[in-house]
Amino acid sequence: MPVNILMPALSPTMEKGNLAKWLKKEGDTIKSGDVLAEIETDKATMEVEAIDEGILARIVVPEGTSDVPVNDLIAIIASEGEDPKAIKAESGKAAPARKQEPAPAPEMPKAEPKAEPKSDAQPAPPAVAAPAAAAPAAPAASHDGDRVFASPLARRVASQAGIDISRVTGSGPHGRIVLADVEAAKSGAPLAAPAAAPAAGKPAPIAPPSDDKIKALFEPGSYEEVPHDNMRKVIARRLTEAKSTIPHFYLTMDCEIDALLKLRAEINAAAPHDKDGKPAYKVSVNDMVIKALALALARVPEANVSWTENAMLKHKHADVGVAVSIPGGLITPVVRQAETKSLSAISNEMKDFAARAKARKLKPEEYQGGSSAVSNLGMFGVKDFAAVINPPHATILAVGAGESRAVVKGGQVVAATVMSCTLSTDHRAVDGALGAELLAAFKRLIEKPMAMLV
Amino acid sequence: MAEAYDILIIGGGPGGYVCAIRAAQLGLKTAVVEREHLGGICLNWGCIPTKALLRTAEIFHYANRAKDYGLTLEGKMSFDPAAVVKRSRGVSGQLNAGVGFLMKKNKIDVIWGEASVTKPGEVKVSAPNKQAVLPQHPQPKGTLGEGTYQAKNIIVATGARPRVLPGIEPDGKLIWTYFEAMKPDTFPKSLIVMGSGAIGIEFASFYRTMGAEVTVVELLPQVLPVEDAEIAGLARKRFEKQGMKILTATKVTKVEKGADSVTATVEDDKGNKQTLKADRIISAVGVVGNIENLGLEKLGVKTDRGCVVIDGLGRTNVPGIYAIGDVAGPPMLAHKAEHEGVICVEAIKGLKPHPMDKLKIPGCTYCHPQIASVGLTEAKAKEAGYTVKVGRFPFVGNGKAIALGEPEGLVKTVFDAKTGRLLGAHMVGAEVTELIQGYVVAMNLETTEEELMHTVFPHPTLSEMMHESVLDAYGRAIHT
Repeated sequence: MPVNILMPALSPTMEKGNLAKWLKKEGDTIKSGDVLAEIETDKATMEVEAIDEGILARIVVPEGTSDVPVNDLIAIIASEGEDPKAIKAESGKAAPARKQEPAPAPEMPKAEPKAEPKSDAQPAPPAVAAPAAAAPAAPAASHDGDRVFASPLARRVASQAGIDISRVTGSGPHGRIVLADVEAAKSGAPLAAPAAAPAAGKPAPIAPPSDDKIKALFEPGSYEEVPHDNMRKVIARRLTEAKSTIPHFYLTMDCEIDALLKLRAEINAAAPHDKDGKPAYKVSVNDMVIKALALALARVPEANVSWTENAMLKHKHADVGVAVSIPGGLITPVVRQAETKSLSAISNEMKDFAARAKARKLKPEEYQGGSSAVSNLGMFGVKDFAAVINPPHATILAVGAGESRAVVKGGQVVAATVMSCTLSTDHRAVDGALGAELLAAFKRLIEKPMAMLV
Repeated sequence: MAEAYDILIIGGGPGGYVCAIRAAQLGLKTAVVEREHLGGICLNWGCIPTKALLRTAEIFHYANRAKDYGLTLEGKMSFDPAAVVKRSRGVSGQLNAGVGFLMKKNKIDVIWGEASVTKPGEVKVSAPNKQAVLPQHPQPKGTLGEGTYQAKNIIVATGARPRVLPGIEPDGKLIWTYFEAMKPDTFPKSLIVMGSGAIGIEFASFYRTMGAEVTVVELLPQVLPVEDAEIAGLARKRFEKQGMKILTATKVTKVEKGADSVTATVEDDKGNKQTLKADRIISAVGVVGNIENLGLEKLGVKTDRGCVVIDGLGRTNVPGIYAIGDVAGPPMLAHKAEHEGVICVEAIKGLKPHPMDKLKIPGCTYCHPQIASVGLTEAKAKEAGYTVKVGRFPFVGNGKAIALGEPEGLVKTVFDAKTGRLLGAHMVGAEVTELIQGYVVAMNLETTEEELMHTVFPHPTLSEMMHESVLDAYGRAIHT
């Protein structure tokens, strides 16, 4: 019996992923535990391991294919004694026609390694025949390729009215878009993306300028075109959503960190060394910022919240996300229950996160959730900046560089190491005074860092 | 003082008790006030016991046609009215007790008596002052009684009662309502039925099948006035073929009572008069909401033509006072009441239900042949400005229908030509009341003709006609 390899679900919510790379080729002998392929989701890259043994008879989904639905056939392994060639032919015919839509036209290039928004285009097995003249409505895919849940009638009426269904807000069960929502959009209800001044007559959905329009502004050949990878698309989508739906306001405080720097030096000097002479931990300023923010959230629990339309989620622990810059983007792993963890534990956890983030090996559950975050650009010499809130967080703390500044103390100008911190706050969840209380609690801890150790 | 209820429902009919169970599921402290019978008219004197009677009629009908199926029944088929009624009452009684059990299981307090709202948040319950219709099922055990009860939200679910025409007041002996028609000592030999809505036609069909001479008098030009004209026309032909006499566009102007008979004077829309004589006359000219003696006038709750005015979530104009079901307006159907009740409590709980969409409420009439429909009739769809595509498929083209010996009937579908939206579906024929739900689900999920065409219908079933009707609307029917 040939063994079908299906697109795995890497997280409970995963619906599709990109087949980044095949590590085996057709004809290769496969042992249980061999890594067959790498699958890329929003932010992580995961490996598909073989469970069965045999010969990789056929690769159904070529590498570089975007948006492969979970449980779609991606490859077939021939068991011992089976002729891989025979399987090839046979399963070519029997290749799962999971979708009833006609296959894309045969002349369509086989699996361009490019993620096109409309690519529900599962690359069709070549054996599947001609395109139907009238293709049934393709499942609407939103800009980022996520499935849009909408009734067939809602889809059809939206397309007749020229409304992008993915921008209609659904009011049906589980947010399903129903006819009433499309009718509302037709009669002027706001669409999900920011709308410009209402045009006369029927409000056309406002889309950002097309790619071609933007490209027309530049001399052909004067630029290189790099298609977006999933991470870029997710960053674009989430931050556009965050900045256009969350009412942000910003609070800035200067924190003196001389005491903190001194304590950090003492802590690190006290680290035990292993037999290779490596210290057991090396706490960074950022680690202390994470701890201070977590403790501040614990002390001002009203600010340790997430906004939902119907209720406020008041978190029982301070899960703090930390923006980690990685090649091609950034990711925000979450230090769970950071208020309960020691500085050395936080420090080591962050080192592990950073290393795995750079390799894109973080698991979705490691970067989802949290109630606040730290974004630190101090190491680049940035004095002060404001960060975009990463929902479901209610706040994010932007940390600038610690620099020697002249401060006035007791009427005297003296030098101190000062770090400016700006808290971006979701006004729906945290009001001004509450945000200020949180930031003040943070400042107290940063300036009197011994309090973090008790 | 006892703790206030989150929800107090006045009326334990299908609207009230379902609403109460949903409220209990949502964790709300709930009570139902009932004065006569849990399950309401539906379960005690309406939907359910009539289905029991009509089942008897159906079996009688088939038994009389045994020969058609190659069977021989020796002797003459006859019936015992007392036993027929007893079975019907038994069915009702079993379900009535079941509702009591459901209340207990869901920890819903049942308060026995007559309720009136003294002010928002407060209901006074006094002893029942309505003469119960007999025979009455036993009162459930463990009910609360007279007193003043506090409730954050009060839902009026008091249902409806037969409309009375002046001069033709039911007397319980010669002029019947559905109550008497459901428990006769003997079956009348001849019968006049005023009104050809679901209630009137079901009794007309039942008594005709049991052998009575039946005349149906309908004020409007069409029998089953809310149904699609084509479907109603086909039904009428079948009724007349069974020997039912049908007078449409005709009204009963006078009823004179004899010792054991009635003489009705009827007049058609052209002024032609005639008199009809019969053993009994059934008044089935609609129902009116039970809005009286509830304290609603004093609170300023808005009513219109005998019904409480509500929005799509059951809210009246007075905060904290809600209404659902028959008392909140047509269509006066048990399943409409149930769903309205669910929407109402979900909205109170802060969930976000969609308001009731009355176009998606199916209607079923269990006469022979059965009628079932949902959504807009062809005429109403055109009136609403739709360009329609209409599909039709006759029973005679369906294998299962032929095998059943039921080759008469029609499945009709009405689509919006522009969007492929299923606007309505209308059926007449065997078992159609069990079929209609397929279309209701389709409408509720907002399918277009395309999904319906791509749906696999099992063979051989009557449901294949539903597929064919859709195909026919788009010129693709197979078996025509």
